[in-house]
Amino acid sequence: MSAGKVWKYGDNVNTDVLYPGRYTYQILSPEEMAKHALEDLDPDFAANVRPGDIIVAGKNFGCGSSREQAAACLKYAGLKAVVARSFGRIYFRNAINLGLPVVQSEEACDSLERGDEAEIDFARGEIRSPRGTFRFLPLPESVIGILQAGGLLEYTKKKLASAVPPKS
Amino acid sequence: MGKTLTEKVLGLKAGKDVQAGEVITVSPDYVLSHDNSAAIIQEFRKIGVKKVRAPEKIVIVLDHIVPASEEKYAQNHKTIREFVAEQGIENFFDINFGICHQVLPEQGFAVPGKVIVGSDSHTPSYGALGAFATGIGRTETACTWATDEIWLRVPETMRIDLAGRLSAGVSAKDLSLKIIGDHGAEMANYKAVEFAGPAAKELSVGARLTLANMSAEMGAKNGYFAPDEKAFEWLKGRARGPFQPVASDPDALFESVLAYDLSVLEPQLACPHTVDNVKPVGEVEGKPVHQVLIGTCTNGRLEDLDEAARIVKDRQIHPRVRALVIPASWEVYREALKSGTLAVLADAGCVILNSGCGPCLGAHEGLLAAGEVCVSTSNRNFRGRMGHRDSEIYLASPATAAASAIEGKIADPRRYL
Repeated sequence: MSAGKVWKYGDNVNTDVLYPGRYTYQILSPEEMAKHALEDLDPDFAANVRPGDIIVAGKNFGCGSSREQAAACLKYAGLKAVVARSFGRIYFRNAINLGLPVVQSEEACDSLERGDEAEIDFARGEIRSPRGTFRFLPLPESVIGILQAGGLLEYTKKKLASAVPPKS
Repeated sequence: MGKTLTEKVLGLKAGKDVQAGEVITVSPDYVLSHDNSAAIIQEFRKIGVKKVRAPEKIVIVLDHIVPASEEKYAQNHKTIREFVAEQGIENFFDINFGICHQVLPEQGFAVPGKVIVGSDSHTPSYGALGAFATGIGRTETACTWATDEIWLRVPETMRIDLAGRLSAGVSAKDLSLKIIGDHGAEMANYKAVEFAGPAAKELSVGARLTLANMSAEMGAKNGYFAPDEKAFEWLKGRARGPFQPVASDPDALFESVLAYDLSVLEPQLACPHTVDNVKPVGEVEGKPVHQVLIGTCTNGRLEDLDEAARIVKDRQIHPRVRALVIPASWEVYREALKSGTLAVLADAGCVILNSGCGPCLGAHEGLLAAGEVCVSTSNRNFRGRMGHRDSEIYLASPATAAASAIEGKIADPRRYL
């Protein structure tokens, strides 16, 4: 497991700054969506984010609209996970359903700073960094299954393909 | 330890004892979507199954941009109508029904003990009648169509005890804004909100729908009232089949309890650009207004229109103001037509529009230009929501909206009652 870099943000990072409304009703490719990630909050992010990086933020991350692109753009940018004190509830669902891991850890949010190296072990529920190891409650197995499949759509495809045909 | 309504309803669905914090998979009773069904259909096609699993559970209401204002929306509606026919979805409500959050209660889907998920953030409205109802995303709506299953985390519950009686000119909307102003827009994030206490029983079903609707602006997963005689009475002739009323046990575990005395409540406004930027009317009175919107899933019911009509009766809307009235459904529209309420509003100079979401989401029918101010009975005042990013939305009750329409500036409705 390779460590990634921390991008640190504050409270109430809303869906409009994660993925601006002016792009919400355009159908863009994953690469184009990634370019607009966090455009109105931190233009450095899209230009410099590397696969495996994580966002560490405050409370109510992803509050606001139910637009799924606000989670998808971070996934397409290569982000490994978002660690926050809390999440807007529809964002939390959308992130998991689109295959972007979301982790709640007060300790990690207190300690980690922008540019820190950190890695996340989802099976053990641990964030490891030079500043310490922070434990979090692992996501339930059923939810991990969705993340491992790469999102709910893929998970559903596989599940339906392996299941007995539905009753007619 | 007793259980909350939410734990009980979800436990019955999951077929086991559940408690807050658990993640369960359930088969919902109904899955709602609206004009966004066109986008959901696109996702559904990617799954690789031909047929939806349970067509009888899918409810589709066209309400967001009706009638279609542009060709692309006309195409979306056409795609949805074709899909509905192809899949044998009977619970389809075309543009002559109204806003989904009014249509589902009226058509008897929203009943005690049901689990309803909807790809709209104001789906919690149905908790007004004792259902568990929550908003979900588009991808998961598509997957729920395919599998008839959805995962849910059982939420902790915050209880809000209500006592006292509302004064004239003060309504459930003012209460919802006061609560959100006091505790912030994420006060109930992930949680269920139970509206309880002696005053909860006194509130009309319409008022309960307003509060449950506004629980979404508290961040809540679901908001609800324990079903009682008032709810059962309202459901007579509407409920689709039998239902099982469920209420929280007296010894249920609530994560927190708030208390509000309705008798000391004043009219409130949520000022730009967040729903929790709430002030009593006295602090914002006099602000010039260009448009007033009376309607939406929050406040477009008959009692809301009646309240507005009482204020504008035998008066004229201020010449600078465009006063838009949008009944929440065609049932409400027809009732207000027959009772004379629409005539009173039209005589005063209001513009009566067809039932639907109207300009609330900023798509059509009365958008705002830069610098314009709107007093709206809707539920969100985010920057740019109803038009230009430099327009301003003040959220208020139907009474405050009507009084402001008369005066051409934000006004206290209590002078008129």
